[in-house]
Amino acid sequence: MPSSLKMISTRWDDPQGHTLARYRETGGYEALRKAMAQEPDAVIEEVKAANLLGRGGAGFPCGTKWGFLPKDVFPRYLVVNGDESEPGTYKDRLLVEKDPHQLIEGVLIASWAIRAKQAFIYIRGEMAFAHERLAAALNEAYAAGLCGKNIMGSDWSMDVIFHFGAGAYIVGEETALIESLEGNRGMPRLKPPFFPAAKGLYMQPTVVNNVETLANLPWIINNGAAAFTAVGDPKACGTRLFALSGHVNKPGVYEVDFGTTTFRELFESDEFGGGIRHGRSVKAWVPGGASAPWFFEEHLDMALHPAPVGAAGSMLGSGAIIVMDDQTDMVRAAWRLVKFFAKESCGKCSPCREGTNWLEKIYRRILDGHGRMDDIDLLMDVADNISPGLTWPPKQTTICPLGPSAASPLASSVRKFRDEYEAYIRKVA
Amino acid sequence: MARFTPANVDRARELMGHYPRARSAMIPMCHLAQEQDGYLTEDAMQHIAELIGCTPAEVYGSASFYEMFKFHPVGKYVIGVCTNISCMLLGGEELLTHCEEKLGIRTGGTTSDGMFTLEEMECLAACTRAPMLQVNYRYFENLTHDQTDVLIDDLRAGKRANDVPPHGTLSRIRQSIPADRRAARDTI
Ligand SMILES: Cc1cc2nc3c(=O)[nH]c(=O)nc-3n(C[C@H](O)[C@H](O)[C@H](O)COP(=O)(O)O)c2cc1C
Ligand code: SF4
Ligand code: FES
Repeated sequence: MPSSLKMISTRWDDPQGHTLARYRETGGYEALRKAMAQEPDAVIEEVKAANLLGRGGAGFPCGTKWGFLPKDVFPRYLVVNGDESEPGTYKDRLLVEKDPHQLIEGVLIASWAIRAKQAFIYIRGEMAFAHERLAAALNEAYAAGLCGKNIMGSDWSMDVIFHFGAGAYIVGEETALIESLEGNRGMPRLKPPFFPAAKGLYMQPTVVNNVETLANLPWIINNGAAAFTAVGDPKACGTRLFALSGHVNKPGVYEVDFGTTTFRELFESDEFGGGIRHGRSVKAWVPGGASAPWFFEEHLDMALHPAPVGAAGSMLGSGAIIVMDDQTDMVRAAWRLVKFFAKESCGKCSPCREGTNWLEKIYRRILDGHGRMDDIDLLMDVADNISPGLTWPPKQTTICPLGPSAASPLASSVRKFRDEYEAYIRKVA
Repeated sequence: MARFTPANVDRARELMGHYPRARSAMIPMCHLAQEQDGYLTEDAMQHIAELIGCTPAEVYGSASFYEMFKFHPVGKYVIGVCTNISCMLLGGEELLTHCEEKLGIRTGGTTSDGMFTLEEMECLAACTRAPMLQVNYRYFENLTHDQTDVLIDDLRAGKRANDVPPHGTLSRIRQSIPADRRAARDTI
């Protein structure tokens, strides 16, 4: 059933929701006080018990990630991933613009738990309004003694720094984010050895967490892990923000129970999507951002839960759901995404740098009316060289998952709508 | 072609002070230079290198990775139309073509009066409010072609100066940490 409980979007309709005054009136910074009354390790245990899955894409349990930090190696850093650029993804920007203090409180709780020396909130460069809201909120928080020296009058001191990018999708990948934060070209590092928990920012232990992940922390600390796991499914707890875009009557960013709401409910219920527009039917959708393999009618009754979605060969990724109705040109839709990955390839490894650009050129040739029948298999073959087997989760010949991501829309559309590719090519021949 | 003004040197030093290593301020400092001059000039990159303690080539090397940095003058207003998938499904490509016609330039071009540069953008995290565009990274969403025409006319007439500062200015609010509120400066 559609959810009415909101955990992290409670202040979105409040025009003053971004101010410190309103945040405090509505219980803000009480969770920080509560966390600081506990030992850091106790906070980590609470977050582990809440089974909070990362909201940035990979869905890794947050508490477990914090537990990977090597004991007694300091300084440690917290880096907040607000680069939000995966096509279809729209939630972190709202969390920053509409409720920046909730994020700051989450950052402080996480920093207390992992004993971070400093935290950096990296916001995508193109989001000028989010920059203004976050800078203003941090200035308020500093003035109120919530950040910096002697936080809340205690002897704990830590700076929270607003950092911003300059336009590059790949910087959302955590090791590229760290490179970028060090002032370099945003190219991913090889893992191993450069797992951020061991060798992150300035080669020190570092936690990289998504904005939405951290925005959940105040609620969890205030209400306890048990209350959190009571919402949604026990293996996918709490709520999640899904950006529902494309051919639905009511596109929007919706906070829903994680793990129990189905795609059909999200698309059709009046509370959310309100049905496919013009009374049409759905042909395909992207369930978790541009990198995710596509879903079709047979997946409509599946819950928005990582286990069944993963078993069906895709992912919920960054919570980006893009709906395409029965009139959509699937070749063109796939091309848009492949073109995106080709453009955003950082160029560090050749299967991705060369491969994605070949793919884009082959697509262009098909769309421009110069396609050959063998181009369809050629597309699959080049994609297979980037991601052997074309399965999900992907195998990769590359340094990071960007290259294999380009294969997702391609393989999904070729497998399901090969006739549309053939029609494009036949039109000319 | 300009080095930082004295006021901006102070701002640049403040930015460098936010990080354990000055070089981490590279991107914010490049934005500061772009705010000052409208684009990233060679003199500014030289100056940034001097302040950080690296070579100008390193500044250019980093900056040239990122799309927002411009190495030649652009329009006062940079219009970026999203044509990625969610916007494409709801008319983003047509909106871009409409802007080309309205402005009389091709995507990538700048109007002869230096007012507008037109760019094709990838997803800007406004997908549920498609089609959309940005002007100097400010959002205009759920746009019809007529609304777009009004927006462009208003910009040209100087009527939107309050919501859209000239190209290069991102946040008009800076994070500034009072000296007595800072945690101890840590370098590594
Ligand atoms: C190509 C690529 C782009 C990514 N972009 C983002 C992003 O914009 N925001 C984000 O939070 N995570 C992004 N990620 C995932 C991060 O690498 C990382 O897993 C995440 O920030 C961890 O946070 P979480 O554990 O709280 O989810 C991206 C990953 C890849 C491979
Ligand atoms: S897979 Fe692509 S984006 Fe990732 S490191 Fe290689 S070239 Fe760069
Ligand atoms: S696809 Fe245009 S804003 Fe996301």
